[in-house]
Amino acid sequence: MAAINITNVSKIYAGGVEAVKSVSIDIADGEFIVLVGPSGCGKSTLLRMVAGLEAISKGTVEIGDRVINDVEPAERDIAMVFQNYALYPHMTVYNNLAYGLKNRGTPKAEIDARVAEAARMLEIEQYLTRKPRALSGGQRQRVAMGRAIVRKPAAFLFDEPLSNLDAKLRVSMRGEIKQLQKRLGTTSLYVTHDQLEAMTLADRLVVLNGGQIEQIGRPLDVYHTPASTFVASFIGSPAMNLLRGTRDGNTLHFGSQVLDLGRAPAFPGPITVGIRAEDLRIASADEQSLTLKVEYIEELGAQRLVHGTVDGKKLTASLSPEIEIGETMALTIAPERLHFFDADTGRRLAQPFDVSASKRDTAQTLEMAAG
Amino acid sequence: MHRTKLFDHVILMMGVFFMVGPLLVALMTSSHEAADIHRNGLQILPGGHFIDTYTTVLTKQGGFTGKITGLRMMMNSLILGIGFAAGKIILSMLAAYALVYFRFRFATITFWMIFTTLLLPLEVRILPSYEVMNTLKLTNTYTGLIVPLLASATGTFYFRQFFKSIPDELLEAARIDGAGPFKFFIDVIVPLSKTMIAAIFIIMFVYGWNQYLWPTLMTTDESFFTLVRGIKQILLVWVGSNIPDYNEAFALAILAMVPPVMIVMIFQRWFIKGLTESDK
Repeated sequence: MAAINITNVSKIYAGGVEAVKSVSIDIADGEFIVLVGPSGCGKSTLLRMVAGLEAISKGTVEIGDRVINDVEPAERDIAMVFQNYALYPHMTVYNNLAYGLKNRGTPKAEIDARVAEAARMLEIEQYLTRKPRALSGGQRQRVAMGRAIVRKPAAFLFDEPLSNLDAKLRVSMRGEIKQLQKRLGTTSLYVTHDQLEAMTLADRLVVLNGGQIEQIGRPLDVYHTPASTFVASFIGSPAMNLLRGTRDGNTLHFGSQVLDLGRAPAFPGPITVGIRAEDLRIASADEQSLTLKVEYIEELGAQRLVHGTVDGKKLTASLSPEIEIGETMALTIAPERLHFFDADTGRRLAQPFDVSASKRDTAQTLEMAAG
Repeated sequence: MHRTKLFDHVILMMGVFFMVGPLLVALMTSSHEAADIHRNGLQILPGGHFIDTYTTVLTKQGGFTGKITGLRMMMNSLILGIGFAAGKIILSMLAAYALVYFRFRFATITFWMIFTTLLLPLEVRILPSYEVMNTLKLTNTYTGLIVPLLASATGTFYFRQFFKSIPDELLEAARIDGAGPFKFFIDVIVPLSKTMIAAIFIIMFVYGWNQYLWPTLMTTDESFFTLVRGIKQILLVWVGSNIPDYNEAFALAILAMVPPVMIVMIFQRWFIKGLTESDK
């Protein structure tokens, strides 16, 4: 068990393509960090550099105070779980688990004990004599995790381990990974493109875009205070609505539609406004509102997603299924629930009503009190 | 479902007739006496001398020196066939392993250079090869018979394609599990290539077994003669006022066929698997 410090790490491929651009992450001992981002954002490359499967072009990676830039993968004291399991097809499950230990000259009795322990933890005891071919996808992924566990490494590295599983299994395996990591307390670095997986698993999220870190933070903080329009649209489902608007005095204009903010924010004219679908609600008769022209509806059971346009710009609202849907709907949102981003850079602007910040402070106080 | 009709049977029977017919004739003819064959031509019914002929062929001392037996020739052929196949597999697996898993400069060019030699038959380089072996004083040795033929573009090509189909993650997992290049090769690559090895073994064994020109060139000492040469030799040696021992030549031909057929039958299951699918 160890902390991992990634300092100004870059990956530059032959030909000058920079896949990872000077990324720094400090991972505390026992922390579960999820790297999340769209395809090609460099998250897997970063993980593979920590694993030692890719050379580090610039910067340093430390695992437990030891710079491991030039250390062989086997010597880094890490274990990795691959997307396609990467089990040795010709070896039994037992041998798959034991192979890494055998190569390290672990005594036979200890190998037996560790394999038995891991197999019990993952409930794969009855499969130990089988070949991976005879296992289902979920069982194979358990074996792959077992192979990581038996080594008792300083850190687990997960490279999209659940992508090959079906949706239902993915949810249950997600829970198991989380529990296992809590129980073992092993520092973990987990790569995924699935924001839901990232939200549910992470102690802290690292959102990557184009090889750079967009935001690092606890899942709820990232959700409630996205640092940029990229994070806002990537984290959360449905994605946050982003509307171009202009501020004029106390009011926001979306084309012909107007929202009164009640006070004048510190930023100038053109602006991108972020609205979470679930923050929208039906306006009562005396409230100010935006008029949504309804286009189509997605039924999710517990709620219903209403897609439409406001002044020609796409907007999605998440509403209770009891609400009747008309051709147009008057929706409103509390001004303090709005997110404001710079219209050009997409970075988050200082919020005029920083409720979420004070909420976060309360949460932290509570957590500390509990701890 | 397709119902088997008479016409299908006719086609199959014709296939059997053309494929098995000559073998049957050879087998039957070999059980007659030489004079009988000389007089009446090829036979399709069994004669009464089956055991005599085969015993003679296998154990009778023959040749110019009068020392070589059929058994000896068979052993030579086996040594050549097996040595040839095993050597080729080891060599081409190592070559393919280097080409696929080690990034060195000119790897692709090296591969294509090897690949182009596929187009060249053995005969093209037979004289220089002979010259080299002669200078090294390796004529009339098993080493001289086998080693110059070991480098195999075909084998290297097949193994390269196969290794390329093994997912990279396996290599990465093995690296994290602390397996070095040699351990990875022995523990992962070789077991995974089992079916491929069987397939190449059959092809190469038969190829080696049937070599005629190269052994003829390399060996003058009769104790190194192979079966394939022996068949020719019988017809040559007994030429004269005597009747050629047709029956023995046929018997030898039948014997020369048995080991390759057995190898194919033993490895068949793996062979088909190796050529058609990869076991992953």
